Formats: sequence, C-alpha cells, structure tokens
Amino acid sequence: MTTPDTTTAINEADTSWIRLKEFWSYFRENRGAVTGLTIVIFVILLAVFANVVAPHSPSEQYRDHLLQPPAWQEGGSWSFVLGTDAVGRDMLSRLIHGTRYSLFIGLIVVSISLALGVSLGLIAGFFRGGVDTVIMRVMDVILSYPSLLLALVLVALLGPSLTNAMIAIAIVLQPHYVRLTRAQVITESTRDYVTSSRVAGAGYLRLMFITLLPNCMAPLIVQATLSFSSAILDAAALGFLGMGAQPPTPEWGTMLAEAREFISSAWWVVTFPGLAILITVLSFNLMGDGMRDALDPKLKRS
Amino acid sequence: MFRFLLARIGVLIPTFLGVTVIAFGFIRLIPGDPIEVLAGERGVSTERHAELMIQYGFDRPIWEQYLSFLTNLLHGDFGQSIVTHKPVIDEFLTLFPATVELSLCGILFAIAVGLPAGIIAGVKRGSVFDHTVMTTALVGYSMPIFWLGLLMIILFSSILGWTPVSGRISYLYFFDPVTGFMLIDSYLSGQEGAFRSAVSHLILPTIALGTIPMAVIARQTRSAMLEVLSEDYVRTARAKGLSPLRVVGVHALRNALIPVVTTIGLQVGVLLAGAILTETIFSWPGIGKWMVDSIFRRDYTSVQGGLLMIAAIVMVVNLIVDLLYGLINPRIRHTR
Repeated sequence: MTTPDTTTAINEADTSWIRLKEFWSYFRENRGAVTGLTIVIFVILLAVFANVVAPHSPSEQYRDHLLQPPAWQEGGSWSFVLGTDAVGRDMLSRLIHGTRYSLFIGLIVVSISLALGVSLGLIAGFFRGGVDTVIMRVMDVILSYPSLLLALVLVALLGPSLTNAMIAIAIVLQPHYVRLTRAQVITESTRDYVTSSRVAGAGYLRLMFITLLPNCMAPLIVQATLSFSSAILDAAALGFLGMGAQPPTPEWGTMLAEAREFISSAWWVVTFPGLAILITVLSFNLMGDGMRDALDPKLKRS
Repeated sequence: MFRFLLARIGVLIPTFLGVTVIAFGFIRLIPGDPIEVLAGERGVSTERHAELMIQYGFDRPIWEQYLSFLTNLLHGDFGQSIVTHKPVIDEFLTLFPATVELSLCGILFAIAVGLPAGIIAGVKRGSVFDHTVMTTALVGYSMPIFWLGLLMIILFSSILGWTPVSGRISYLYFFDPVTGFMLIDSYLSGQEGAFRSAVSHLILPTIALGTIPMAVIARQTRSAMLEVLSEDYVRTARAKGLSPLRVVGVHALRNALIPVVTTIGLQVGVLLAGAILTETIFSWPGIGKWMVDSIFRRDYTSVQGGLLMIAAIVMVVNLIVDLLYGLINPRIRHTR
C-alpha cells in the first residue's frame, strides 16, 4: 500500500510544478503583469526596509521647514526631496512608511474576507438546501448596499479606527468570495474524483477542505489579488473621509484628508499621497489581470 | 416574462426584509442607551428619558418594535432626523434629485467616452489606439476618485480658474426648484448665465464620478466586441462582402452590446458609492454628502433612512437590468 501512495504523491507534486511553470510562461509574456509584479515587489521591499530607506522619521516635525516645496522647485532642498507637509514632516519618508499601512491593510482584509468567504461558500455549495439559501440571501443583503457606504456605516458603528475600517472592508468584500467558491464547489461536486472520495468514506471536512477546495483555488487567487487593490482603495477612501486610520498615522488616504486645506497653496502635499495610492492599486490590478489571463484557458487562445 | 418577474420579486422580498433588519438593528447596535444616543450631546432628564422610552417604544419586546418599524416604513414613515427634526424621507427627497442629476451626467459621460473607445479598441485590436485605451481604462479603474477630484480642482479651478470649486450653481442666481434638476431649473428660470453657471458647476464632479464606470464600460465593450468578432455570423457577413462599417456597426455591435447593457446597469452601486466621495469633495448637496454629514452629526435616524432608501434603489435598478437583459437577449427567455 505504501508504494503506490508515494508515487501518486510524486505525480501530484510533479503536475503542480508543471502547472506552475505553465502559469509562469503565460504570465511572463504579459508585459503589464510583469510590470505590476515588479512594482509590487518594490513596494514590499520599501515597506520591509522603511526604517532604512526613509531619509527622515515619518513623525519628526522640522519646524523651520513648514510646507517646503519639492527639491526641484524654487525654495526646495535635497534633504526633503518631495517637500514637507504643514507641520514640517518629510513627505517622502511618510510616503515610504505609508507602504506598510497599505500592504498591511490589503493583507489583513484579504485574509479575513478570504477565510470567511471561502468557508461560507464551501458550506453553501456543499450542503445546498436551507443553509445555502440563508447564506446566499444574507450575501444578497450585503451586496445590495454600495460597498463604501456599508463600510462607512459599519465604521460609524464600531468607532473610527484603522482596525475597524479593515474589519468593515473585509465584511463588505467577502460576499464575492462566497459566490465564487459556491459556484466552483457546485461544479466540482459532480466530478468523479469527489464521488470516489465520498465512496471511500471521506468525512465532510475532508471532502470540503482537502478534496474540493484545492480544485477551486485558481479563481480565488485571482479574486484575492484584485481585492487587494479594492481593500487599499476603500481604506484610503475611509481614511480620507476621516473614518479610517487617524492622524498622525502616515496612511495615504489620511494624509490626503489632512492635505485638503492646502489644496491651493501646496500642490505636493495633495499630489504625492494620491499618486502613491494610484501606483500601488494599479500594479496590483495589472498583476491580477495577468494572473487571470494566465489561469483562464479560455482567454489563452484569444 | 410575467412569471419571471414574480419569481424575481419573490427573491427580492426576503432580501429587502434583510435590509430592513440591518437598518433596524443599526440604531440598536450603537453602543450605549438608545435614548441617550438619540438625544445626542444635550442629554435628557430621567423623567423625560422614561417618557421617551415609551414614546419610541423601546420598552416593548424587540419583535414588536421591529413590526411597528416595518409598518411605519410601509406607510412611508422613516422617522425624524435627530438634528433637524424634519421627516427623514423629506430630507432625502429634497436632496435626491441633486444626486440623480450628477449620477446621470456621470454615467452619460462614461457611456459617451467608454463605449466608442471600447468598440474601436476591440475592432483595432493590438493597435496603438487599443493599447492607449486599455492603459487609460486600467488607470481609471485604479483611480482614487477623491484624489482625482482634488487634482482637477487644483488644475481647473485654482490654476486655470475655469470652473467653480463647489456647489451646484453660483449664489448669484436664485429661483424656486421646479424639477429639482439644476440644469433644467436654471434653463427654465430664464435668468441670464444661470444655465451656464449650472453647467460649469457640474463638469468636474461629472468627470470624477464617471471615471470608474467609463473604465469598466470601455473594458467590457472591448472584450464583448472581441468575442463577437470571432463568431461565424460575423465571418459570414464579411464573406458576403458587406462593408466593414456595416459588419461592425450592425452585425457585431448589436450582440456585443448585450453584456454591456448589464454592465452599465450594474454601475448604479458604483455611482452611489462614488457619489459619497464626489459630493464630499465638491460640496455637492446630494444624498452622498448628506449621509456622510449625518454620520458625523450622529444623526442616526437619517443614516438609517438613507441606508434603506439607497439599498431599495440599488435593488430596483438591478431588477430592471435583469428584465432588460431578458428583453434584449433573445437567447435568454424569461418564460420557463
């Protein structure tokens, strides 16, 4: 009994390796996707080494350099490359430290919504019947609100903070995972390998998480990448409305909210945080699009 | 068709009940005593507190409270604003036309730019134009629109001085609302310059709000075009010697538009979420700004009413989109 087991194990490892290689060969040909991936890696490195890379502390206030313009403009200096904000903090350093918040928000939100959504989707798709109906109707209710509005109201309930903003966004995003997982589970359930596993006596949990789930992963991974960007965007919007991270946190949306009153006097405090959001979100979207194209055999041909 | 409509409404009713449960639960989930919450920062005396408990029915069992809440809703009673003491529904209906006007302009802008761009990009696949459109669409799709709004204010209002920064019309003009749509009202008022003022106030918010739908529509149109152009009937039409314009315009476009119409309908939620940000930035007196202000003023009954109305609007529009889909797509007959 042990010998066939090991051979199948090797075969499985082999096929997943081959699949990964195939995925990479498609992904690599998509120039946009590779650009996105490169920027994402760069942003991750910035976040990890923020303390080393940033020229100043993100919270230190240089009182002699209030609202100093960027280096290339008249009145700027190279010690504050992108200028300073209204209380004399270095813009560049705050932006670099902001990468930590954005990636952290994306990671936490995606993890919560993925875990919650996949579990509910598995349950709904696997058991069907009454459980399915209840879960899907609840998801319909959540989806009948514009996501930002529901997140805003949830934060108003829980109290404005970064943690609550992340929880709210995760709740708002998870119905997409539920729908996606449920649809996948329903198609996969009728396949022979599931039936044979069931006949062999596999329990519910084993069927759900070990037999079914790995075969539903491809679209979920794509959705996770794409919702990374919506999480960052929504958190920034909440921060901008004063319902997300609170000042003096160098979160990009919050920085924009603080910068609003200097809109006509200091363009750099408004321009750079938004640009940082745009570039990060754009690169995640590029990467997600590339992954979808590489994983979807239907699109490969066209 | 009729049966399909009934079936869809059958699904909508439990969903709408769920929405009312959320709205009902909202005020009761706020930490603290509901009367203290409703009274706001002024606080109330103990006797008045007891009175109010009975008046608002907080002393009754929770299911009874919910039932009377539902009954009131069915009578069009959404409660009173805590701050202004006016009926919530009146405030909502006063501000709603402003949001509808902005949203309509936003979606029209999105369609006017996104649809032709998507069609041409699909037909000229791989061309420079295609790449430009797709890059622009992806940037638009990833755009934090609150930042886009601020940038446009800097460029067009502060530096160039072309457009005003906030509001719906210059305070120089005053007339009674007839339709609630500023474009129409200002035109009807006959005052010189009023219409131009209304238009100039509308341009920047329209672009800010329309950017994301525009990107989505352009992407969806392009991929629908690509799919349709590879169909056999398009090849047949080409083989018959029809002009390329006719093949694309008549044969391909008709079928490519089917999924695009759905996409356009689904933008309602996006528009309402975008209205929250756009209206806040441009001080546009619509329901998006009203919701944000109500949240900050702790005007919880207004937030509750707004939540209900907005969810209802999204649901009704989605239903209409579903029905339209059946009408324009003969492959899906809603008869069953």
